Amino acid sequence: MTGNGGSNGGAGGARTVEVNVDYVSRVEGHGNIVVVAENDLPTEVRFEVTEPPRFFEAMLRGRPYDQAPLITSRICGICSNGHVLASITAMEATLGITPTRQTKLLRRLLMHGETIQSHVLHAYFLVAPDFFDVGSVVPLAGTHPEVVKRALRLKKLGNDLCEVVGGRAVHQVAAVVGGFTHLPTPEALTAVRTRLVEAGGDLQETVTLFASLDMPAFSRPTEYLSLTYGEAGGDEAGGGEAYAFFGDHILSSEGGTIPVSDYRDKVRERVVAHSSAKHCAPGDGTATDTFMVGALARLNNGFDRLSDGAKAAAADLGFQPTCTNTFMNTVAQLIETVHCVEDSVMIIDRLLDEGLKAEPPEVEIRAGRGAGAVEVPRGTLYHEYAVDDAGLIVEANLIIPTGQNLANLEQDMWALAPQVLPQGKEKAQKAMEMLVRAYDPCISCSTHVIYLDGEGNESAGDDAGHSHRADHQGTGASGPEEVTA
Amino acid sequence: MTEPIRSPERPRVALFELASCAGCQLQILNCEDELVDLLQLVEFVYFKEAMTETSDHYDLALIEGSVTRESDEEKLRHIREKAALVVTLGSCAYPVGVPGLKNAHDPDEVGSLVYGEDAGFFPTIEAKPVDAVIPVDLHILGCPIHKDDFMRVLTALLIGKHPPVPTHAVCVECRLKENVCAFDRGLVCLGPITRAGCGALCPSYGSRCFGCRGLCDDPNVASMEVLLEEKGKTAEEIMAEYGLYNGYYARRDGGLKAKVAR
Ligand code: SF4
Ligand code: SF4
Ligand code: SF4
Repeated sequence: MTGNGGSNGGAGGARTVEVNVDYVSRVEGHGNIVVVAENDLPTEVRFEVTEPPRFFEAMLRGRPYDQAPLITSRICGICSNGHVLASITAMEATLGITPTRQTKLLRRLLMHGETIQSHVLHAYFLVAPDFFDVGSVVPLAGTHPEVVKRALRLKKLGNDLCEVVGGRAVHQVAAVVGGFTHLPTPEALTAVRTRLVEAGGDLQETVTLFASLDMPAFSRPTEYLSLTYGEAGGDEAGGGEAYAFFGDHILSSEGGTIPVSDYRDKVRERVVAHSSAKHCAPGDGTATDTFMVGALARLNNGFDRLSDGAKAAAADLGFQPTCTNTFMNTVAQLIETVHCVEDSVMIIDRLLDEGLKAEPPEVEIRAGRGAGAVEVPRGTLYHEYAVDDAGLIVEANLIIPTGQNLANLEQDMWALAPQVLPQGKEKAQKAMEMLVRAYDPCISCSTHVIYLDGEGNESAGDDAGHSHRADHQGTGASGPEEVTA
Repeated sequence: MTEPIRSPERPRVALFELASCAGCQLQILNCEDELVDLLQLVEFVYFKEAMTETSDHYDLALIEGSVTRESDEEKLRHIREKAALVVTLGSCAYPVGVPGLKNAHDPDEVGSLVYGEDAGFFPTIEAKPVDAVIPVDLHILGCPIHKDDFMRVLTALLIGKHPPVPTHAVCVECRLKENVCAFDRGLVCLGPITRAGCGALCPSYGSRCFGCRGLCDDPNVASMEVLLEEKGKTAEEIMAEYGLYNGYYARRDGGLKAKVAR
């Protein structure tokens, strides 16, 4: 436990408790939890992001269009392929390029590999230690070697799938704007297919293990956003993708879809002083003030389109949509892992069946602007670019899943605090940390981004220093007295 | 010359992260086949992304990421005092990698472009490699590092050896693979001046070298110049590419030209 909060008696008999955790471990990047409470009721709640800002939008200016995937993938090594694919999708929208069916299938495979490794890493290495009451996976290697070895096998499978398609597990080198510069051999695809099929046992044991862990009880309804296709049957031309990993529209659990190109109407960013990551709020004045993206959101919005095995895993894990327990995000990730493995086998069969053919990427440079999105392990990732007629980037806008979730996380913290504070400081700290980890936040990712031309400034800093409870919030223009700086 | 790690029993290893994508530390977790054995040989005492426990006593410090804040410099000086050996991981730490791209822009402009009027909350300085602040014993190169490289270096250090570092250029590895040269595909490639060791990965996958491993020992200016002239490429085009990963040293000592002419 890394908490170092102080506790002192307050004036007038009120008991003030601070439940602080500096630098939450086992999440990607540097974030702090701050909860101040009086008589077990929270008066101040923050999730502070103190990572160095990274300035990617600015760094992209003036670079050639084809380096956008290369540069933006260096935002995050864990969702590197996700950035590559969001970047390519946005750049292809900008330049008016339609990818081929083979390219779409290979991209889906590349994304599945990353999702498998990321979900397995999160569930086993970052979340499971909490349930075994240890500080990391290291002691588990001694006490539960079979668990750790299984985790490593599954993670390696995801990485190897990425390597087969993209040339290496982190920062692939084959997918580019317009297609692929290198194709996997049928032998490599067949070999990895065999391993995907053989992973069934490890997946089943994973499901059994996590079904035996008691996820904390919690519920807070919120809006869930994920990708979908405008066409009812999904992307037929691209090989029948229907589950939420790719898409051209944004689907809300409150009903309705909008085209990805209108994402700014749905996702609005604002700067808050305690976070070098910008927070997001729905931009359209829908009922709920915050929204959630990620595995839980995708499952809540697209459960019916999961593979059969994934649905069976959901039954074993006691998952039913709509699920409003944020802690179940980890369970949702495992269900998706099963889906990714099964869908990958199907994709490989199609590729082998249809035969891989060289399709040298063709790009015609023109001035333009375009947006694209993909579902990365942690949620919807948006990229938008404008390029000039020499193909140089003049503007870039990147909206990261963790940034979209931060406001929702703080609302969850408000809701969880009264539930866990009566159990004492140490338990409350652990519960708060577990809540943060359930989001699988990628803090490095979320600290760098974006407005085109400073729009969004109107909301910037209006709640500097604190987050507000949802019931007081409105547009966030003024907060309740006790939480205003 | 590098000295062997002092505590031969089970050296204590700490991993620190500056501005980076965490891809290089992820590569350590990606050593799936070796990880369990590795944990027998060394003791990780600080690895924030993977563990809750922390410690300020370590023999080997692994550092990922570029220096982008003044507080990073203090942190590095502290680490240098504590650790017998300092080894960097990846291009961000050396030669500066993608975070160095921001050096091409005015820092105030960069901040306000991203955070609007609120840029003042988040001070930033020129992105620097680790060895611009403290002496470094060894650089593990690449974006990301290769996991085999990591295991090789660690094993060598454990037995008190200095692992060999390739001195030649990526081109040498590329020709051995009989790739079609990127220049013949109409592209600019930094293979002639970039340190080998990656097996010419990018050209082998139909791309070109972007210089992620920094300059090689004797960058072959002559052949680079001939290539440029032959293929109708300009020095500006090369410099623009060079700035992608080498945006710190490219702006010092007269940049690439001076380095190459030396
Ligand atoms: S060198 Fe590359 S892979 Fe390593 S941390 Fe930096 S950006 Fe990530
Ligand atoms: S210039 Fe590039 S592509 Fe050509 S031989 Fe050298 S490394 Fe290979
Ligand atoms: S080819 Fe160049 S850019 Fe690619 S890995 Fe090797 S050194 Fe780095």
